[in-house]
Amino acid sequence: MKSIVQEILKEYPNAGYDSLIPILQHVQEKMGFLSEESVVEVSKYLKMPASKIFGVATFYNQFRFTQPGKYHVQVCRGTACHVLGSATVLDEIEKNLKIKSGQTTRDKLFSLEVVACIGACGLAPVISINGEFHAKVSSETIKTIFQDYKSREVQP
Amino acid sequence: MNLTIEVNNNTLQASQGETILDVLSRNGMKVPTLCYMKGLFPTGSCRMCVVEVEGRRNLVTACSEPVLDGMKIMTHSMRVIESRKTIVELLLSNHPDDCLYCERNGSCELQKLSEDLNVRERRISGNKNNYKLDVSSTSIVRDPAKCILCGRCVRVCEEIEGVTAIEFVGRGSKTFIDTSFNHGLNLSSCVNCGQCIMVCPTGALKEKPHINEIKNNLSNPDKVVVVQYAPSISVSLAEEFGFKPGQNIIGLMNAALRRIGFNFVFDTSFSADLTIMEEASELVHRVTNGGVLPMITSCCPGWVKYAEEFGHDILPNLSSCKSPQQMMGAIIKSYFAESEGIAPENIYSVSVMPCTAKKFEQQREEMTQNGISDVDAVLTTRELARLIRMYGIDIHKMEPELADSPLGTRSSAGKIFGSSGGVMEAAIRTAHYLITGKEMVKFQVKALRGLQGRKEAHIQIGDLNVGVAVVSGLKNAAELLEEVRNGRDDIHFIEVMACPGGCINGGGQPIGTDEEAVKARMATLYDIDEKDAIKASHKNPYIVELYDKFLGKPLGHKSHHLLHTHYQKREVN
Repeated sequence: MKSIVQEILKEYPNAGYDSLIPILQHVQEKMGFLSEESVVEVSKYLKMPASKIFGVATFYNQFRFTQPGKYHVQVCRGTACHVLGSATVLDEIEKNLKIKSGQTTRDKLFSLEVVACIGACGLAPVISINGEFHAKVSSETIKTIFQDYKSREVQP
Repeated sequence: MNLTIEVNNNTLQASQGETILDVLSRNGMKVPTLCYMKGLFPTGSCRMCVVEVEGRRNLVTACSEPVLDGMKIMTHSMRVIESRKTIVELLLSNHPDDCLYCERNGSCELQKLSEDLNVRERRISGNKNNYKLDVSSTSIVRDPAKCILCGRCVRVCEEIEGVTAIEFVGRGSKTFIDTSFNHGLNLSSCVNCGQCIMVCPTGALKEKPHINEIKNNLSNPDKVVVVQYAPSISVSLAEEFGFKPGQNIIGLMNAALRRIGFNFVFDTSFSADLTIMEEASELVHRVTNGGVLPMITSCCPGWVKYAEEFGHDILPNLSSCKSPQQMMGAIIKSYFAESEGIAPENIYSVSVMPCTAKKFEQQREEMTQNGISDVDAVLTTRELARLIRMYGIDIHKMEPELADSPLGTRSSAGKIFGSSGGVMEAAIRTAHYLITGKEMVKFQVKALRGLQGRKEAHIQIGDLNVGVAVVSGLKNAAELLEEVRNGRDDIHFIEVMACPGGCINGGGQPIGTDEEAVKARMATLYDIDEKDAIKASHKNPYIVELYDKFLGKPLGHKSHHLLHTHYQKREVN
């Protein structure tokens, strides 16, 4: 069976270095993140060292290198959220989930991402979990929000 | 010289297409640089070399700005000096304060710049980054905390070596240099050539030290500690002790090594002769029996790893000969051990190499006999200098001594191994004898000498016209191999060295090695060759004796067992 990456690469015949970013975006769209294996496959296809691709991909915020969790948490760090204390919120989430931004919890339940602005400044500080917005969060409400998500998993 | 420019109120002549920096350095005017690398395209990213140009609002980078007719330049105006000083202060703002413990204390460009610009306090304090040391590699230690992101290692790795093991990772203030997926050098495509160390301005890159193990073994009375040194060491070590570049201090070095406590001192040039006996025989065998051609040398461990990673298809072309270091190691723990009546496991075998990749080669599993390593530890030229100082030896006061016999006696063919083209020249001398039964009339093959990245020649040996090519810098090797893959068939023998110019410019050589120093070292090697009586490996009487008494004949059973190896495909990313 051909890998997903091979299928994607078929759509880029005679690709040069300039196709790198569109290919990476395509891979991430299909697989949710850039795995090491997929970077190596792209590297072989484009005849471009994997270290170079890694360098390009880490330059951009949009690329992830870990598998997203079942619940993907986005913490807004835009100006309005920042003013209303999103730094503390992020800190609290990192402590709560025991992961840093860009990582996924061991049980693959949560992944954490810092985003610049999700266009909901009126709700600041705001986080989004799988697209569902949680408005005016604080260190206290964070605990209950995540407890809620965790308890959904325990019940069958 | 069709342009006239004015620098600091002096009129200078310049040519179209020259950069400001070109003109300044040609006229002995010094402007500090960091990211600039001679011979590579300027990036102008560090802004250390800024100068003031009349009529220009902003300072311009001398390394990348072409000169224009009538340009008026100030290289050390108040504004320029302040600007450079601020850059250094910013670089220092997150730099570790451990100069006293740093490998590069005294040879650090950042230290030199802050000294030159009279930086006397920490004016700007930044967040220290806490990157981990990368000690995964057998050869090179990376300390990203000391990295100032000049990018020279990244460029040398990509543009000279064609390896690209390291790259800028991340963005903005979080940028640092790392391998693919932060796996560390050991799992990367790094070939351990050490050219990154040679270009690093700070202590962010250094060799993996073997000094402590060697000290321990030197003080162990049960061990017989032997040392061998590569052909290029005697012409480069001198610079570490204030001699002029290229001076041959082989006698003083022998004496110093004995004072340190090495029981036997051998010359790797002897086993270079041995390599030639085997390699030339292999070439003749391949040529006369329709073997795989072109044959490619295998002395350079950086090149061998590169071939294993990027050139699986040409692995059958590689000579099966071990490198001189490993041949010497194997002979020490077999022939020498036998004749001296020492058990191989009681010998601690050290080699001094101009090379960091030799530290990788030494621990390859193929390089063992019955579970005993051929070579136990490898020192770079720099580490040897450190060892000599540590043992309180004033090399200037030594009386020259000879290396130990028989493994310390060489022909001059073995000596020129240190220079790009030397292995080929030595091999041609012996191959000529093996094919025609006659010595070459003129031993020198001048076309193969010099610092060019690629040298080619066609040599008439009897009825055969042998095409040979010499490349140094792996990018040059890759280009030549591509030609061979595309059907070029006039080349029968290729010498590849990973470092530009060969071992005299190796990754283990003294920091600060420049083109002049490399030229001087090369000139000395060929001068030794010119003056030596025995110019071909097969005429080295001790080599003849070694075959008579022990090995039998080149490519024979014992040779095959001790002196030859095989290669494996390596998957890297």
